[in-house]
Amino acid sequence: MTDSIIAQFKLDYGTFALNVDLQLPSSGITVLFGHSGSGKTTLLRCIAGLQHAPQGFLSINGNLWQDSDNKLFLPTHKRSLGYVFQEANLFAHLTVLGNLSYGLKRIGQTAKTEKFDQVIELLGITHLMERLPERLSGGERQRVAIARALVLNPEILLMDEPLASLDAKRKQEILPFLTRLHSELNIPVLYVTHSQQEVAQLADYLVLLADGNVQAAGLLADTLSRLDLPQAQDRQAASVWQVTVIEHDPAYHLTRVAFAGGELSVPVINAALGISLRIQIYARDVSITLEVAKTTSILNVLPATITDIVDDEAGQSMIRLRVGSQPLLAHITRKSAHLLALQTGMMVYVQIKGTSILN
Amino acid sequence: MLSPADIDALWLTFKVASLATIILLLLGTPMAWWLVRTQFRGKSICNALVALPLVLPPSVLGFYLLILMGNRGLVGRLTTELGLGTLPFTFAGLVVASVLYSLPFVVQPLQTAFTAIGDAPLEAAATLRASPLDTFFTVVLPLSRSGFLTAAILGFTHTVGEFGVVLMVGGNIPEKTRVVSVQIYNHVEAMEYGQAHGLAGVLLVFSFLVLLLLYSTLKINPVSPLK
Repeated sequence: MTDSIIAQFKLDYGTFALNVDLQLPSSGITVLFGHSGSGKTTLLRCIAGLQHAPQGFLSINGNLWQDSDNKLFLPTHKRSLGYVFQEANLFAHLTVLGNLSYGLKRIGQTAKTEKFDQVIELLGITHLMERLPERLSGGERQRVAIARALVLNPEILLMDEPLASLDAKRKQEILPFLTRLHSELNIPVLYVTHSQQEVAQLADYLVLLADGNVQAAGLLADTLSRLDLPQAQDRQAASVWQVTVIEHDPAYHLTRVAFAGGELSVPVINAALGISLRIQIYARDVSITLEVAKTTSILNVLPATITDIVDDEAGQSMIRLRVGSQPLLAHITRKSAHLLALQTGMMVYVQIKGTSILN
Repeated sequence: MLSPADIDALWLTFKVASLATIILLLLGTPMAWWLVRTQFRGKSICNALVALPLVLPPSVLGFYLLILMGNRGLVGRLTTELGLGTLPFTFAGLVVASVLYSLPFVVQPLQTAFTAIGDAPLEAAATLRASPLDTFFTVVLPLSRSGFLTAAILGFTHTVGEFGVVLMVGGNIPEKTRVVSVQIYNHVEAMEYGQAHGLAGVLLVFSFLVLLLLYSTLKINPVSPLK
C-alpha cells in the first residue's frame, strides 16, 4: 500500500481510550469529525508523533512512521508533515518571514522560491512578511500558520480545528483559502473539526469518531447519507453534491448545474461555465411524490429510488434515496410516508425545494 | 573616602559575584529545564533542595560547607586527592559557596520563564523539523530572555550581599576572601564609621540602581523569586 495512509493506534489513559484502524486516501481532504472527547485530536497528534500511542502502526504513502511491533517510532521532527494547531501557535520572537523560514532552514531550503511565493500569495499574506505575530489579527495569524506548514511541501498536512478559535467572520475569511488549497495543492490533508459546515464544505472523505472509536469512514456523500449514523437523524441533516455549472438563465436569475445522473436549477451562481462546485440539500427541503406533479411550483423534480427508510420517535421519517448515482436524504412526516406506502426499492420522484452553494 | 583595602574588597566582590553568576547560569539552565520538563517522581525533593538556601541561615549553610570541604570532608578529601588542596579560606572555595548560596535566585526565575513558555511552541518547532536541542536554542532561549536577565541580576546582587557564608567558609583574608560585606563589618568593629559609611553607601546605591533597572526597563514584576 504505497499510495494510501494506514493508521492503527491503541492507547488507554483509563478515562479515555483510543482504538482506531483506518486506511485513508492519499489525496484530497479527509475530515475527522466528532464531538469533543471523541478522540479526533488525539488521533491527529498520534499521527504527528506529538503523542506516542504504545501500540501503533502508521504508514504514509509507503513511509513507515511508527511500527510498535518492531519498536519503530519516528520522532515528530523527523516526519515530513505540516501541522496547523487550533491556536496559530506562531513563534512570538520571530517575524512572519522568520516563522515561515524556520522550517525551511531545517530542510536546507530558503524562502526565495517560486513555491514559497505561490503559497504566501494563495493565503494572502505577502504584505505581512515583516510583522511580528502580536501585530496580526486572529485570521492573519492562522493564515500564516497554514502557510508555515505548507511551504515545507510535506507528505501530509494535519489540521487541528484551525478555524475553531476564530469568530464567524474570520472563518468566512479563511474557508475560501482552504477550498482553494484543496484544488491547487496536491497534498493529502487530515482535517479535524466538530463543525458540520466545515465537513460539508471541505471533506472528500469523512471519518466519524465517537468515544475513541471509528463509527464510520467513507466518501463524504455516502457517509453523510447513512441512516444508521446519528448525523442523518439531525435536524440539519443534508446531502452534499458535487456539480458542474452548465448554463446561466439571467432572465430568471437561475443557473443550471449537472450532477452524476441529472441536472438541477439553482439560484444564479456567479461562476463560469464548467466550474465545479458543491451544493448542499437539506433533507427537510426534499419532498416525495409518486408521479410527476404537473401543477407544482417546484422546479427540481427528479426520478429517484428509495434505498432505506428510518422512522424516528417524533413522527418523522428519514428516507434515503438514489438520484442517478447520488445519494439524497428526504425528511418527511411518518404519516406521509404511510399514505404514499413508501418502501425500500420503490421508484418515486423527489421535489427539491431549495439548495445552497457551499463554495 | 575609600581606602585601597576598600577598593580591593570591592574588586574581589565583583570577581566572586561575576564568576558565580556565570557558573550559576551554566548549571542553573539545564537544572531549571530538567525540573520543568521532567515527569520524575522525586521532582519535589529536587525542588526543595534547590530552594533550601532561601530559608536556611547562611551560617548553617556555611558550617556544612566548611565541614564538607575541610580536609576530613568528602569534598575536601576529593580535592586533596586531585592535588587542589582544600577549598575553605580560598577564593575558589568562596565561589563554590556563593554558587550554592545563590542557586535558587537563578534557578527559580528560569523555572518560571520555562514554565510560562508551555508546550505549544515546542510542539510547533517539532512539526517544523527542529530537534529538541535545536528547539531549546532557537525557541526556548529567545522566548525566556527576560527570565535570564532576572536570573543573572538576582544571582549577581544576591552574591554581592552575602555575609554569613563568607565568614564561615572564606574567613577574612585580604584580596582573597575579604569581600565588601566583611570589610564593612571590619570597619564597624574598628569603630571606623566614616569608612563603613563609604562602602555601605556604595552597596546601597548599587543595589537600588540594579533593582530600579529590573523593575523599570525590563518591566519585571516585583515578586519574590519563590513562585
